[in-house]
Amino acid sequence: MNWDTFLWTTLGVGLTLSTFSFLYRDNPFYRFSESLYVGVSAGYFSMILWYNGLVPTLIDRLWVGQPWWQIWGGKWWYVIPGILGLMMWFRFSKKKSWISRYPIAFYLGIATGAAIPLEMQNRVNRQMYDTIRSVFETINSGQSVFSGINDLIIFVGVLCGLFYFFFSLAHKGPIGGVAKVGIYFLMVGFGASFGYTVMGRISLFIQRVQYVRDWFDMGFGGSGGAAAIVWIIILLMVLLVLLEIIRQVTKKPTQQTT
Amino acid sequence: MDFFSKLIGLDRRWVFLVLGAVVVIVLLLEFPTPIRINPEVKSVYDFVEGLEPGSYVHLALDYDPGTLAEMHPMTYAIMEQLLARKIKIIMTSLSPNGPGMAEEAMLNIMDSARILHGREVVYGQDIVFLGYKPYPGIVILSMGQNYRISFPNDYYNTPVDSIPMMQGVINFDNVEGVILITGTSGVDFWIAYANGRYNVRLAVGLTGVMAADYYPYLKSGQIFGLMGGMLGAAEYEKLVNKLGPASEAMRVQVWTHVAIIVFILIGNISYFVSRRKGGLGK
Repeated sequence: MNWDTFLWTTLGVGLTLSTFSFLYRDNPFYRFSESLYVGVSAGYFSMILWYNGLVPTLIDRLWVGQPWWQIWGGKWWYVIPGILGLMMWFRFSKKKSWISRYPIAFYLGIATGAAIPLEMQNRVNRQMYDTIRSVFETINSGQSVFSGINDLIIFVGVLCGLFYFFFSLAHKGPIGGVAKVGIYFLMVGFGASFGYTVMGRISLFIQRVQYVRDWFDMGFGGSGGAAAIVWIIILLMVLLVLLEIIRQVTKKPTQQTT
Repeated sequence: MDFFSKLIGLDRRWVFLVLGAVVVIVLLLEFPTPIRINPEVKSVYDFVEGLEPGSYVHLALDYDPGTLAEMHPMTYAIMEQLLARKIKIIMTSLSPNGPGMAEEAMLNIMDSARILHGREVVYGQDIVFLGYKPYPGIVILSMGQNYRISFPNDYYNTPVDSIPMMQGVINFDNVEGVILITGTSGVDFWIAYANGRYNVRLAVGLTGVMAADYYPYLKSGQIFGLMGGMLGAAEYEKLVNKLGPASEAMRVQVWTHVAIIVFILIGNISYFVSRRKGGLGK
C-alpha cells in the first residue's frame, strides 16, 4: 500500500463525509469542507491564470530574459493590453471606477464582434433551417408522412412553443389553443431535462460512494464491497453522533424564568 | 392529522436516507444491468474506429472536479480506444480547474497502456497536452488559425515546435475531429466557433444536466455524436468492451430512479387524497 496515496485519499473521504453531513443539518464539519473547497479552487484558479495566462501572454512577451525595467527587447506593444488590464482594477475605487469602463468597452466590442455573427448563424439560423428542411425533405421525397413523423412533431412543437412566447396577440381562441399545445411540448422538454438532471445528481453521489469504498479496499486489504459499505455506514453513524454531541454542547441554555 | 397528511409533511431527510440506503445496498449486490447502445454514442465509437492509425484527434477535456463523476469515465474509455487504435491525441483543457485532472487522466492511461497492454505510449509522439488558456471562445478561434497562437508551449512549457508529433500540425485542418468532454457552457463556443467557423467535426460528451439541451445540434448535424452523462459513459465503456465505474453506476441508477419514482407517486397520491379530504387548500 502506498501510504502517501492512502493518507490523501483518507482526507478526501473525510471531506466527502463532512460535505454530505449537510443533508442532516448545517454543521462545522460541512462549513469547514465547504470553505476549504472554495479556497482551494480559488487558489488553484488564480495560479493557473497567472502561469497559463498572464506570464506567457504578457510578461514573457514584454521581457524576454531581460531586467524588469527593460521592455524594449520584447514586444513593447503588449504594454497596451497590459495597461488596459490594469485599468480594470479601478472597479474597486468609487471615484475612479469610470476608468474601468474603457477596457470593458474594448472587451465587449471584441467579444460582441466575434460572437454575434457566429451565434446567430449557428444557434439560430442553422436550427431554424434544419427544423424546416427536414419536414420539406419528407414532403418532397413523396414518402408517407409517417416516415418523417419525428421531424413533423418537432416542427409542430417549435411552432407551438414560439406561439406561447408570442405576446402581441391575446392567448384566446385558436391562438390560445396553439399556445397551450406549446406548453405541453415545453413540459415534455423540461421533463427530459429533469430526468437527465436526476441521473446527473445521483451520479455524483454514486461516484463518492465508490470513492469511499475504494479507499476502504485500499487501506484495509481489499476485502470487497460488502465490508467497505458496512464501514461507510458505521463512519456515517459516527459522524452523525458526533454532530449531535457538538450540537448539544454548543446549544445555548434556555433562560429560566422565576 | 391522518396518514397522508403526515406523508406530505415528512422530513425530507428520510428521503435522503432512503436514497442513500438504496445506493449503498445496490452497490453491495452484483447483478448485470442491460445497457442499450444509442446511435448518438455509437457514432462517436464508429468515428474513432474508422480513423487510420497515425491520424490526429483533438480531445478537449473542459470539465472540473464538480463533474468528474460523469466525465472521467468517458475520458478514460475514449482515450483507451484512441490509443489502442494508435491515433495521435492533442489534448487541451479550457476549464480553469481542469488541467490537473486532464493530466492525471493522461498519465493514468499511459500507465495502464504500458502495464496492462504492454503498449508504450510516448508523450510528444503519441499524445500531447497543451494545457489551459483563459477565454475559451478566443482560444478556439485562435486554434482554428494556428495552435501556436494560444499554445506556443505545451502544459510542461516545452515549445510546441519542438514536439515531434506537432511537426506539420498547424490548426484544426490537421485533425480528423474534436471530441469534447465538458461540464461547462463552453460547449456553445465549440459548436459556434469550431464547427460553425472552421467546420470541424465535433462530438460531445456532456453532463446529464446538459445533455437534453444539445440534442437539437445532433439533429442539425452540427455535432455528430453525443454522450449524455453517466449513461453515455456506460454505453461507451460497453462499446470499448471495458466495463468500468460508469457501468457499475448504471446498476445503482436504475434502482435509485425506481425509488425516486415511488417517492413521486407517494407524494402525489398523498397530495390529492389530502386535498379531497379538505386537508389542503383547494
